[in-house]
Amino acid sequence: MEIPWLALLGGALLGASASLLLLFSGQVAGISGIASRLLRRTQADKAWRIIFLAAMVLGGAVAANTLNLAIPTEYDAPYWLLAIAGLLVGLGTAIGNGCTSGHGICGMGRGSVRSIVATGTFMLVAALTVFIIRHLL
Amino acid sequence: MVYVVSLIAGLLFGVGMVISGMVLPDKVLAFLDIAGEWDMSLAFVMGGALGVFAPCYWWLIKPRGKAINDQAVNANSNLQVDSRLIIGASLFGIGWGVAGICPGPAFASLSAMNPGLLIFIAFMLVGFLLAPVINRQIK
Repeated sequence: MEIPWLALLGGALLGASASLLLLFSGQVAGISGIASRLLRRTQADKAWRIIFLAAMVLGGAVAANTLNLAIPTEYDAPYWLLAIAGLLVGLGTAIGNGCTSGHGICGMGRGSVRSIVATGTFMLVAALTVFIIRHLL
Repeated sequence: MVYVVSLIAGLLFGVGMVISGMVLPDKVLAFLDIAGEWDMSLAFVMGGALGVFAPCYWWLIKPRGKAINDQAVNANSNLQVDSRLIIGASLFGIGWGVAGICPGPAFASLSAMNPGLLIFIAFMLVGFLLAPVINRQIK
């Protein structure tokens, strides 16, 4: 089997980012949490969240342009489906307190039972969803 | 210092999302499609991330008890596996499986200004705002 080095390296960078943020600022690098708390009127610490998200957009652009790697310029799903997917992702991550980064990396890395259960659940449900769409419909 | 850390960590996160291939919905869906031609490479993204984060947490961060800026480490406030966690994770799983996009890749791809992605993000924000309303209905 060939080892997907880029996937491994990219993952290591995500892990390094999450470690830096927790070690220096005491904050969890969960993207849904960082973004959703920006919308709360009572949230006090918005500046670091805005900087983090803006830097993420910039980092993605820099990586795509300098390393000759792709960020998607088009998506297969039609607009109405992207709207439904976005709504479900927003609702689900806010109700379940986390996404692939917050639960999948930071929570599981800390050995949090909540995060292990959440990650197992969304992985399983996502795989089932893909199975239904690709093999049953 | 908090802002410099945010800048560096955000850059690393955005670069990592692109290098790892997490921003490509085709690749994400091929990873989730275990009954098709399974592309397991994205499992290595999580492997790489946990391989760096877990030792940093257990050997560096946890023994300190607090962050370098003297703030308490903001984690572990809720330990309960409850119906909100399961319902939320399930809704997220359906959305992720439908389009192959989760919040990290959405922001890391934003510079392309693709209209489909902008729609996804706009509705994700609507979801963030509506969540408390649904949360109140879940016991």
